[in-house]
Formats: sequence, structure tokens, C-alpha cells
Amino acid sequence: MLNVEGLCVDYGSVSVLKDLSFSAKAGNFIALLGPNGTGKSSLLKAIAGLIPAEGSVYLGGPRKLARRQSADAIAYMPQDTGATSSLTVLEVVLLGRLRSLGLQVPDTLREEAEEGLSRFGLQSLGARTLDAVSGGQRQLVYLAQSFFRNPEVLLLDEPTAALDLRHQMIVLDRVAAHCREKGTIAIAAMHDLSLAARCADRVICLSAGDVVADGPPADTLTGSLIKDMYGVEAGVVHGTDGITHITPLRAVEGAPGSFAVSPQ
Amino acid sequence: MSVKIESSAIYTNLMVRRLWWLLVVASLLGGMTVIDILVGPAFLNVFDVLSALVMPEWTSDPTVYVIVHSIRMPMTLMALIVGASLGIAGVQMQTILGNPLASPYTLGFSAAAGFGAAVTILFGLKLPFIPEFTVPIAAFISAGLACGLVYGFAHLRGVTAEIMILAGIATLFLFQSLQSLVQYLASPEVLQEIVFWLFGSMLKATWFSVAVSGGILVFSFLLLVNDSWKLTALRLGDERARSLGVNVHRLRLKIFVIVSLLTAGAVAFIGTIGFVGLVAPHIARMLVGEDHRILTPVSGIVGAIMMVGASIASKLISPGMVVPIGIVTAVVGVPFLFALILSRKKGHW
Repeated sequence: MLNVEGLCVDYGSVSVLKDLSFSAKAGNFIALLGPNGTGKSSLLKAIAGLIPAEGSVYLGGPRKLARRQSADAIAYMPQDTGATSSLTVLEVVLLGRLRSLGLQVPDTLREEAEEGLSRFGLQSLGARTLDAVSGGQRQLVYLAQSFFRNPEVLLLDEPTAALDLRHQMIVLDRVAAHCREKGTIAIAAMHDLSLAARCADRVICLSAGDVVADGPPADTLTGSLIKDMYGVEAGVVHGTDGITHITPLRAVEGAPGSFAVSPQ
Repeated sequence: MSVKIESSAIYTNLMVRRLWWLLVVASLLGGMTVIDILVGPAFLNVFDVLSALVMPEWTSDPTVYVIVHSIRMPMTLMALIVGASLGIAGVQMQTILGNPLASPYTLGFSAAAGFGAAVTILFGLKLPFIPEFTVPIAAFISAGLACGLVYGFAHLRGVTAEIMILAGIATLFLFQSLQSLVQYLASPEVLQEIVFWLFGSMLKATWFSVAVSGGILVFSFLLLVNDSWKLTALRLGDERARSLGVNVHRLRLKIFVIVSLLTAGAVAFIGTIGFVGLVAPHIARMLVGEDHRILTPVSGIVGAIMMVGASIASKLISPGMVVPIGIVTAVVGVPFLFALILSRKKGHW
């Protein structure tokens, strides 16, 4: 169980998250939605303990997470895949268990890392360096690293941004399956509403640093919410397969853009 | 199953290839170390030198023994230690600052050491009981002050790579200007002495300097071994390293202090040496990749090869005399760096 209580994040005089609270159960796959600048990335970083924040994050009990515990229990995958390095793909995945690595890498750990690569179809890239693979492949490598950490909470910042359509679906299906099998809580900041509705079992919509809607995609993602939140008219159809299909139709002229972060 | 076997082979091949390169560069260094001891302005017979080196009790000529043991061996070992220290300091600096142009030289530590030495020479300062160590101690303290200046600035303003580079470059300019001021104020005789120190010369090496610089090198290396994987993780960028549980600020400050110690230990006795700390890490990275378990020792060994190679060249350029090694490293270093960039693996820089 993850409990986020009264989380506030400020960048100088700009308030990005305002007294934000929610909780998540084991196995939840939550899509975090909202326009640019509404605090999705900041929320993920604050939960991971990577930026200063007021408020509390509790995981599986009443005690707040210390920084060291956060790193062990919470895996955060940043949005940026631009940082290149001549580390090999296998080494990047191994780094997911940094604390378990010594001068020698145990065979069991290496085998687990290799299995992690296979799960994302990356086994043939193990010896390639990170600067010799595409942006999409890099994103898959970092996903494999996040899974390899076997965390209680998986925080993914736009995990499918650099992926083609097929890989977007595969990756999100893998995340959903991982949550079901291991009881991991996954929170993914996303922009594709249809994908979010298809794969996540819950959506949390952010606006101006606060939660404006929270619930199952089929109940939460309505045409009026999308219009209010994004300034876009959209067709929302609940399919017989139980999946909500969202088709953006047109941008609303003179939309207030009220969800941009405003100074205090 | 076949997939797992294939991947395991990849990892094993990778490690075997890296350890092979480690062995190759270590063997090369061993060979060059012996050559450096054999070469010198005294034109000694090779067999006499080898005899003095391996079986000193059989050496018939005491002069040969004295030259080999009191002059050539300290000089060679000092070249090796200084090169290894600068190679290791350079690779750590490039890692913590995420910048391929970073080196102990470019961040002002060497300039600070030079200033400390120049001031001592200008005012003719001598420490009681150990007057011969006044200049090295002053250089060491001055490099430490430069480190403290950059460290303090970064601590106040934020331990980011950009802040540290900015503070380092400002420190470099500050100490270079102060060095110029001291040289401007000095008389011609004193100026000559200052300039000779700044050139960097192995003639200043003694067994004491070998022990001090070698001790610092071993101590620093042992401190770095524990952080190998954290430093490797830092190559993925600050945010990713932090998300993996690395306290990036603490690591950066710790490595910065170790680098300062290594640099001060390297240049305090023999003077300013450039390029080794910049180029050696790049060569090492091209050979063995970025895994710091292997990269750190290989960078040290490559740095040592460069310094011992420069030491050999400094004795051969003009027979009968020893050209200051600081001149040779720079003259050889620039074309070597250009060649390296032109032949670089795609995406390395």
C-alpha cells in the first residue's frame, strides 16, 4: 500500500504540487494524466525522494520512507533517454541492483539481468553500447533495468514516449502483467489517453498541481473532463471489449489553458 | 535457454577482452619501466645497469649502483606514480563532471601547486629541519587551497557539474595570474628557478617523494575501489544515478577531494605536468569501456605508460642531458590527442 499525503513541491516562487494526496494498493497500475506543466514528473520525483517536497510518502506501513529505503523500494525511470554512454546494455541493466554489485558480479544476478533483457526482446543487444542503440531501444533498456530492480513501486515518466506503436502496447501490457504477478504498484505519467485507458486499471488526472479526477478509466475519462483538462473535444466510446476508445476531434478555440502552473 | 547461453557468453567475452587489455597495458608498462631505467645521460652499459638492478651485490662499479638506485630508479618510479595518479585523477574528474575535457590540470590544481612553489622560491622560504621539502609542501598546501576554494564554492552554490567546472576554471585563471605576478616580481635568477620548477622535471625525484606520492596513490585507489559501481552509474547522468540510490552530491565531493589529493601528491614534488590526466582516460575508455572496476586501473596504467614514455623520450631527445618531462608530455600529447580524436570510435566524444 502506497500512501501519499499532503505533498507540496515548489520551484522557487512557483508551486507545482499543492497538498496532493492519494493512495494505491498493491498491483495497481495507475496512469498519471494531465497537460504539460501540471506536475506529473514532479509528483513522480517527489514520491521517489529525488526532489525536496513537503508532505509524506508511506509504503506498506505507518513509517515515512528514508532516502535509502526509497532507492530500494521505489524505482523511478526518468523521461530523458538522451544521456548516452559507452556502457553496454547488460551493464546498464545490472546497475539496477547497484547495492548488490561488488568487484565480481554474481552469476545469479547476471542471469536475472539477461532474463530481464530477454523479456523486452533485447537479448541480442547485451554487448552493444548504449550509444549504439536507438532512442526507443534505450527506453526499453531502462525499462528492463527498472523491472530488474524488482521494486515495490515502479514510477515511469512517459515510458513509451520514444517507442513505436507496437512497442508502446507491448511495454504497457508488460507493466500491467508485472503489477498483477508481483503486486507491484506502477504509476506512469502518460499523454496517450487511449493507451492509458487500455492498459491502466486506474487514472489520476492532475490539474494545476492537484488531483481533479481519480478512478477507473471507463468512469473517469469523459468528454467533458478531457475538454476541461486539455482544451480538446474528444469522442469517448466504451467498447464491448471493455476498453474505452478516445479519439481527439479538435482543439477548442480560446481554451483558457487554466491548467498551466500559476505563480503563488 | 539458448538465449541465456548466448548472453552469458557475451558477458564473459566482454570481461575476458577487458582483462586482456589490462594485462597488455600492464606488460607494456613493465617493459617501458625497465627501458627507462636502462636509458640515461650517463651512457651506462646495459648489462651493468641490469646487474645493479637485479643482483646489486654482484655490481663491481659502485658508481653504477649509486646512479641506478639513487637517481634512475626514483626517477622512473616517480614517473610511473605521477602518470598513474594523473590518469586516475583524470578519469574520476571526467566522470564526476560528465565532461570529456575535464582533468586535474584544467581545474586549476596544478596551477595552484605551481603558485605555491613559485612563492616559496621567490621569498627563499625554508622549513626548519626539512628545508629541501619546503617547495613540495608549499605546492601541496596550495593545491589543497585550490581544492578547498572549488569545494567551498560548490558546497555553497550546489554540487552540480556546471558549478564545479565554473569554479575550477575560475580557480585556474586566479592561480595562473598569481603565478604570473610572482614571476613578474622575481629577479632573473629566481625566475629561472621558478620556470624550471613549473616545467616539471623528474630530476627532483627522490625515494622520499616516491614513498609519499606512491602512498597517496595506493590510499586513493583503495578509496575509489569501493565506489566503482556508483561511478559507473554516474555515467548515465545525475538523475538516473540518483534514481538508482547514489547520493550524487556526496559522491561528487568525495571523489573531488580524492582527485585533489592525487593531483597534489603527483605535482608537488616534480612540478606541473599537463595532458596525461586529460588523454589517458580517453585511451583507457576506448580500450575497456566505462566499467570503473577496470577503467580506473587501466586509466592509471595508461597514464603511467605516457609518463614513463615521456621520461624515455626526455632522455633520448638530447643525448647526455635530460629535457624537463613537462615539456615532452605537452609536445607529444597534443599531436597524440589530435590523432586520437581523428581516429576515434564513432560517438566516443
